[in-house]
Amino acid sequence: MASTGQTVKSILTSPVHPEVNYLNATKGFSSWFFTLDHKRIGVMYMVSILTAFFLGGVFAMLIRTELLTPGELMFNSATYNKVFTLHGAIMVFLVLIPGIPAALGNFVLPLMLGAKDVAFPRLNLLSYHLYVIGLVMALLVLGLGGVDTGWTFYTPYSINSQTPVVLMTSAAFILGFSSIFTGLNFIVTIHKMRPPTMTWFKMPLLLWALYSTAVIQLVATPVLGITLLLLIVERVMHIGIFNPALGGDPVLFQHFFWFYSHPAVYIMILPAMGVISELVSTFSRKHIFGYRFIAYSSIAIAIFSFIVWGHHMFTSGQSNLMNMVFSALTFSVSIPSAVKMFNWLTTMYKGSINLATPMIYTLSFMFIFAIAGLTGLPLATLATDIHLHDTYFVVAHFHYTMMGSTLFAFIAGLHYWWPKMTGRMYNQKLARFAAWFVSIGFNVTFFSQFPLGSLGMPRRYHLYEAMPDWQIYHQISTLGAYMQMIGFLIAAYALISSLSKGKLAPRNPWGGATLEWETSTPPITFNFEDTPEAGDPYDVESWQWSDEEGGYVKVRPSVADEDHAE
Amino acid sequence: MSHHDHPSHVHHHFENETQQFDSDKMGMWLFLVTEIMIFAGLFCAYVIYRTHNPEIFHYGHQFLDKNMGALNTLILLTSSLTMAWGVRAAQLSQKKTLLTMLGLTMLCAFGFLVIKYFEYSAKIHHGTLYGDRYVWQTEEHGGEHGAGGDGAEMHSLAEAAQDANAVHQDAMAGGAQLTDASMKLPSSQYAPAPAGPEGFDINEPAEAKAEEATHKFEQPAKAHLFFSIYFIMTGLHGIHVVIGIICIFVIFVLSAKGAYNSTYYTPVDLVGLYWHLVDLIWIYLFPLLYLVD
Repeated sequence: MASTGQTVKSILTSPVHPEVNYLNATKGFSSWFFTLDHKRIGVMYMVSILTAFFLGGVFAMLIRTELLTPGELMFNSATYNKVFTLHGAIMVFLVLIPGIPAALGNFVLPLMLGAKDVAFPRLNLLSYHLYVIGLVMALLVLGLGGVDTGWTFYTPYSINSQTPVVLMTSAAFILGFSSIFTGLNFIVTIHKMRPPTMTWFKMPLLLWALYSTAVIQLVATPVLGITLLLLIVERVMHIGIFNPALGGDPVLFQHFFWFYSHPAVYIMILPAMGVISELVSTFSRKHIFGYRFIAYSSIAIAIFSFIVWGHHMFTSGQSNLMNMVFSALTFSVSIPSAVKMFNWLTTMYKGSINLATPMIYTLSFMFIFAIAGLTGLPLATLATDIHLHDTYFVVAHFHYTMMGSTLFAFIAGLHYWWPKMTGRMYNQKLARFAAWFVSIGFNVTFFSQFPLGSLGMPRRYHLYEAMPDWQIYHQISTLGAYMQMIGFLIAAYALISSLSKGKLAPRNPWGGATLEWETSTPPITFNFEDTPEAGDPYDVESWQWSDEEGGYVKVRPSVADEDHAE
Repeated sequence: MSHHDHPSHVHHHFENETQQFDSDKMGMWLFLVTEIMIFAGLFCAYVIYRTHNPEIFHYGHQFLDKNMGALNTLILLTSSLTMAWGVRAAQLSQKKTLLTMLGLTMLCAFGFLVIKYFEYSAKIHHGTLYGDRYVWQTEEHGGEHGAGGDGAEMHSLAEAAQDANAVHQDAMAGGAQLTDASMKLPSSQYAPAPAGPEGFDINEPAEAKAEEATHKFEQPAKAHLFFSIYFIMTGLHGIHVVIGIICIFVIFVLSAKGAYNSTYYTPVDLVGLYWHLVDLIWIYLFPLLYLVD
């Protein structure tokens, strides 16, 4: 935040803090719960998702505490099965998949386009209501004692399990449609509601990421829908398609399930990459490097995501030929992912890096995502996967991608757009401290699981009395989990206390050049007083720091993309 | 068109009518993509089961009535024509034609469901049902067996079915173990299952009872899976037909109130698109299920 010493003059004339904004325009429960305003829907999603995250986090703590000792500490094995199933199902279906698109995406996507709303506001509200129904059903499952199938619902166990599997899969089915409608809305909005001056290659990279995500949501999620529907019909009517006792094929379920659930991993990571692309440029005070490569790599990842699902079934009796093909295709995903990494690093090179809270999470993301990607390679390799399959190595790998990458990007984005959403600045010192604590805690928790997994500790196991050597790794991991918990609680305190104690946020606290920073803080109900002119979304120098404003002010229109060498 | 003469049906967040119409239409097409993907999962299951167990398709399809299937295909094709005609009428502000065409489309849709009802009830009578409800015993009638058949015969079949059901449930209890054993042999998984009673055959004990019947067709071991696939595919399609009828009814009522004309007919257009998809899926289901040989 270099001060120039001179007073800088804003070219934006609309008021920074209008009397009436989207938060206080109307009051009462139904003015929120039945709103068509994408910003309010985004905020409601945010609250619901963070609630689900808290719930999933409680289960995570229970799991880690139980594993402190090789024997039984708190739960018997049957209860343990339910605890890890609920942890997985809540985190995947209620937190990670909707997280960035539905909460952050809903809030910023129309703002980034300079539009008044998404294309179908009612459908958007329906998505949210479906999400709430799914959340309530998941809570109901919890009240009924939980399910014990694992979040993957593998047959034939899920057909025979005595727990409320039908209710849980129905919840996932409904959440799937919530996700489909969000994706559909975003695709149409991006196609039809871009301002005339915003060509495809002048879109912020988050929009490219959300667009690619939406394509996956739209094409893959229905397959999960029909799979879960078949499972429900299987349980209720005994049709036998997935049931070996009736001559059906349980591996077919695995294929169907992963045809969705592998792309679902990219539904989680692609928007995270989009958020990081925005943040890395803003906090390096530098134009993003290799815009087109990052944009195309999002599309490439979306396409690749559909042809690698078989790597989940290397040990399920797939033919050798299929295993080889899926292994080779899986390796190819690392290319577009690495393209993004190199472009982010190059963006930071010689930049003037501002270590604000969102940037700390961004840096952790890059560190963690590198490990996540590299540990994917031994799992994609057939020979090593035989050893590592279903061990803690896999657990550590997917927590590095799903939690360390997706969730950290989500938290980074939350801290980044918080001032715009709420109109308040949070305590930077406290939030930064929490960010370091969470990042270190994360690596302590999950790095220790890589050696644990290579030693052979299987996932989903409750007791490991025969292998006392494993205990130390579990204890380190649990210590890290507690660190994360403390870190997240501090972060939550910093954010929540800002609502009452935080100072008024400026129009643009970080200096991002995308359109959402041009509106007031918080935005007015229809987003913009005057429709903004879309220029280059990464011309960060068009915003200069002003001591007077306590934030960045726009000093000139952003110039066209072509002026920057790529 | 400027901001100020926003027609009432154009929502505030759209610049103009064209933008709204284009968005709505694109949204519908994308929704149809999800519908196609839902059915694609089932078609995929069909292909996999047909590749691994071709004999159950050759055996099972004989129980479907080709004439009824063909008639239903004709009915749905006609309904697509009337629907398209209706959309055209809406575009030309021909209210009367629009109402007639929507009415005819609904009539066709009902006709389709009525025929489907007869087909389903025949299968319930015969016990050619899905999964563990499959209790068909005597093979002598094979190909000639349609939805018709005389009442007396049906009655005896139903009785036989009840007997068999009891036997069959005993078989089910031991079934899991048997299958687990056969699962470990890759050949039984991927090669076509033998037509004989080797491996897993839930109807094996009951077959002995029907020994006197002339075996025109050997019943394959997993014959019930054909009917599982048949019921789940046609059942999901049937649900879509019902949803279609509801949608057409809604726009029928609204058009009677004069909601649509050449300047605004988006809902008619969108329901039309949906209805064509429902028709199209049946066009695939008919040959895949009824015309196997």
